[in-house]
Amino acid sequence: MANFFRRLILIVCSMLLMAGAQAEDSFVLASTTSTEQSGLFSYLLPLFTAKTGIQVKVVALGTGQALDTGRRGDADVLLVHDRVAEDKFIADGWGVERRNVMYNDFVVVGPKADPAKIKSAKDAVEVFKKLSTALFVSRGDKSGTHAAELRFWKEAAIDPKLNTSYKEAGSGMGPTLNMAAAMGAYTLTDRGTWLAFKNRQDLEILYAGDRRLFNAYGVMLVNPAKYPHIKKELGMRFIDWLTAAEGQAAIAGYKINGEQLFFPDAH
Amino acid sequence: MGNVQIRLSMFPINLNQLRFTPNGRAVLTGVDLELGGEGISVILGPNGSGKSVLIRMLAGLEMPDAGSIHWQGSNAPEGQIAIVFQHPMLLRSTVTANVALGLRPLGLSRCETVKRVNEVLGRVGLTHRAKDSARFLSGGERQRLALARAWAVRPRLLLLDEPTAALDPTATEAVEQIVREIRTDGAKIVMSTHNLGQALRISDDIIFIEAGRVREHTPSARFFSRPHSNEARLFMQGELPWRISFGD
Amino acid sequence: MLNTILDAFALLAHLDSGVLAIVLLSLKVSLSAVLLGALLGLPLGAWVAVADFRGKAVFTVLLSGMMGMPTVVLGVIVYLLLSRSGPLGELGLLFTPSAMILAQTLLVAPLIAALTKQVVEDVWRDYATELRAFRYTPWQSMLTLLYDCRYSLIVAVLAGLGRAISEVGAVMIIGGNINGFTRVMSTAIALETAKGDLPLSIALGLVLISMVLGLNALAYGLRQWAMYKFG
Ligand SMILES: Nc1ncnc2c1ncn2[C@@H]1O[C@H](COP(=O)(O)OP(=O)(O)OP(=O)(O)O)[C@@H](O)[C@H]1O
Ligand SMILES: [Mg+2]
Repeated sequence: MANFFRRLILIVCSMLLMAGAQAEDSFVLASTTSTEQSGLFSYLLPLFTAKTGIQVKVVALGTGQALDTGRRGDADVLLVHDRVAEDKFIADGWGVERRNVMYNDFVVVGPKADPAKIKSAKDAVEVFKKLSTALFVSRGDKSGTHAAELRFWKEAAIDPKLNTSYKEAGSGMGPTLNMAAAMGAYTLTDRGTWLAFKNRQDLEILYAGDRRLFNAYGVMLVNPAKYPHIKKELGMRFIDWLTAAEGQAAIAGYKINGEQLFFPDAH
Repeated sequence: MGNVQIRLSMFPINLNQLRFTPNGRAVLTGVDLELGGEGISVILGPNGSGKSVLIRMLAGLEMPDAGSIHWQGSNAPEGQIAIVFQHPMLLRSTVTANVALGLRPLGLSRCETVKRVNEVLGRVGLTHRAKDSARFLSGGERQRLALARAWAVRPRLLLLDEPTAALDPTATEAVEQIVREIRTDGAKIVMSTHNLGQALRISDDIIFIEAGRVREHTPSARFFSRPHSNEARLFMQGELPWRISFGD
Repeated sequence: MLNTILDAFALLAHLDSGVLAIVLLSLKVSLSAVLLGALLGLPLGAWVAVADFRGKAVFTVLLSGMMGMPTVVLGVIVYLLLSRSGPLGELGLLFTPSAMILAQTLLVAPLIAALTKQVVEDVWRDYATELRAFRYTPWQSMLTLLYDCRYSLIVAVLAGLGRAISEVGAVMIIGGNINGFTRVMSTAIALETAKGDLPLSIALGLVLISMVLGLNALAYGLRQWAMYKFG
C-alpha cells in the first residue's frame, strides 16, 4: 500500500513537471479574437518561428481584455485595434514601442433581402442611420470592433439603446456572426473574420468601402519597466520582424479564396 | 499465548449501578455485576431487556449515563476486547482481508499478521475459503469468519451478541465448538442468546437480566435446576419449548 | 443539420496531427487534474463522512455547493491568483498546462469529495460499530472504507473526469487557448464554433464524447466484474 502511494506521488510529480516544461524561447502575445479567427496567426507565426526559432503563444481576447492582460503583466506583446485605447495605454506607461502594423476593414453584413436597404447608402454614416430600427447584433464585449461600432452610431447620431431590435451578444466575433446568421440580423464585422467564417447561412456583405470603416492594428511591448519578467528581447524581435519588410510582405500575402485580408501599414 | 500476568490484570470487572437512559428511556436501570476472568458467562433475558446494550457497554461502544465499569488494573484495556455480532460486518474483499481487519489497529508486522490470520482460519476451518470473497459465504461460515477475526486479536474478553441466532443446528454446533476453544485459549467469554439449549450446553454461569436489571447471576447448573428469582422462573417457563403449554 | 454531422464524420476519418495533439493535451491535463483531485477529494470526502467535528453540516453544504461552481468563476479566481500582478504571479504559471491542471484540480476535488462522502457515509453506517469496536482511528476507518468502496468510487472519479475534460470556462481563461500549447478539446470546440466551423467542432465533440463514453464503459465493466467477484 505504502509502495503504491509512493509510486502514485512519483507519477503525479513527473506529470506536473512534464506539463510545466515549456519551450525556453517563447513569449505571450495577447491579441484579438478577430485576428486569431481570421487565421492570420496560423499563417504568419510559423514564418516568424522558422526564421528565429521563437515560439509565439497567442492568447486571443477582446481588445479591452488584451490590454487588461498587458496591464497585469500577463502578456509580453499586444497586437490590438483600438487606437484611442492604445494611446491611453502608452500614455499611462503600461506599454512602449507602439507601431502601426496593418489594417483591415469593417464590413456590414446582413440578410440578403436587405430590409433596411443599406446597399444603396452613400457612406457609413447613412448606413448606421438606416440601421437605427433594424434587427442588429452587437458584439457588446468591449472589443475593438465593439468600440468601432459604438463610434459609428455616434457619428450617425443614433442611440442604439433606443432600438428594441438591438441585441448585445457579449461575445467574440464568431459567436456574434453565428447569432446574426441565426436571427437574420445585421452586424458589423471585420473582413478577416467574415472571410474565414463558414456558417454564413443567409448573410452577405451589404456595405463596405468607406474609409471610416478602416480598422488599424497596432503592436506594442508591455513596459518592461513595470514588469521585469517581460520578455523584452524576444518581444522586440517579433515587433521588429512584423513591422519590417519581411513581416509586412507576409501580411500582404495572407489570402482567403484569393482575397487579401490585411493591408500592411507600417510605413 | 501471551503473557498471563498482563492477561489477568483486567479482571474482575465490576459494574456498579450502571444506568443507561437515552432520552429519558430506562433501558438499564442499575446494573450491578462482577465478571471473573474465567469461563463462559451467558446473558439471558427477554427481548428488549438490555442484553445488547450491556454487551455494547462492555465493548466501550456505549457510555453509561450513570454508574461505572471498573476494570482491575487499567481503565481502558485496549486491544484486549473483541466483539462479534449476530450479523457481522463483512468487507467487500477476501476472507483473509476480513480477518486481517481486526489486526490493523494493533500495528503488527506484515509477517505476524499473515501468521495469525492463517492460524485462526485453520482453527475455524475456513482455510480453503481464504481467497474467496467474504460476501459469498453462508451464514454459518460468516459467523465462523467473524469469530476468527475476533480470535486473531487474541482478546482477553470476547463479547458475543446472539452469534447463532440465525444459524441451523450444525452451524450452531460449530460456533459453540469454536467458542469453547477460544475459552480454552484463555479468553473470558460473555455471550447473549435466546437459545436455552445452547446456554445449558456451554455456559459456566448465567446472567439473567430483565427490565434493565440483573435479576440473577448464578452458576448455570443451579440456574437451570432452581433459578432463585421469580422472573427467571417465569422466563424459562415461557421460553423452554418442552415446557410450553398450549392451554388445552 | 444532417450534412453537418456527415461532414463531421468525414473529418474524423482523417484527423490530423494537430487535432491529435489537442486530444492528447486534453487527456494529459484532465487526467492529471483528476488524479490530483482524487488524491485530495477521496480522503477529504471519506474524512467528512467518518469524522465528527464542529461545523460538519456547514462544510458538507459548502462541499456540495462547490459541485455547482461555475467553471468560469473558478477560472477567474485562479486567474487572479496566478496573474503576474496576483499573489502567485512569481511562479509564471498563467497560460501554461500546469495552471490548467491546477484550475481543474480545484474544480474536480470538491466534486469527488462530495460524491465520496455520499458513498462512504452509507457504508460507514453499516461498519461504524464494528470498526469502533476494533478501536479503529478515524484515519484507519477512512482508509478501510475508501478501499471497501473502491469500485463505487470509480464513479465519483469518473464524474470528476467528465467535468474536467468537458469544461471550457476555466481552461479558456487560465490556459488562454494557445494553439499548440494550451489548446484542449473543449476550448478548441469553443473556438471552432466561434469561427462558425460547425463540422469541425462536432467532430471534436464526437471525439470527446466517445472518450468519456469509453471511460464510462470501462468503469461499468470494472464494477460489474467487482460485483461478480466480491459481492
Ligand atoms: N441508543 C439507544 N437509544 C434509545 N434506546 C435504545 C438505545 N439502545 C437500545 N435502546 C433500547 O433499549 C432496549 C434494550 O435494547 P437491547 O438491544 O439491549 O435489548 P436486547 O435485550 O438485546 O433484546 P433482544 O433480545 O431483542 O436482542 C430496547 O428497547 C431498545 O430499543
Ligand atoms: Mg440484542
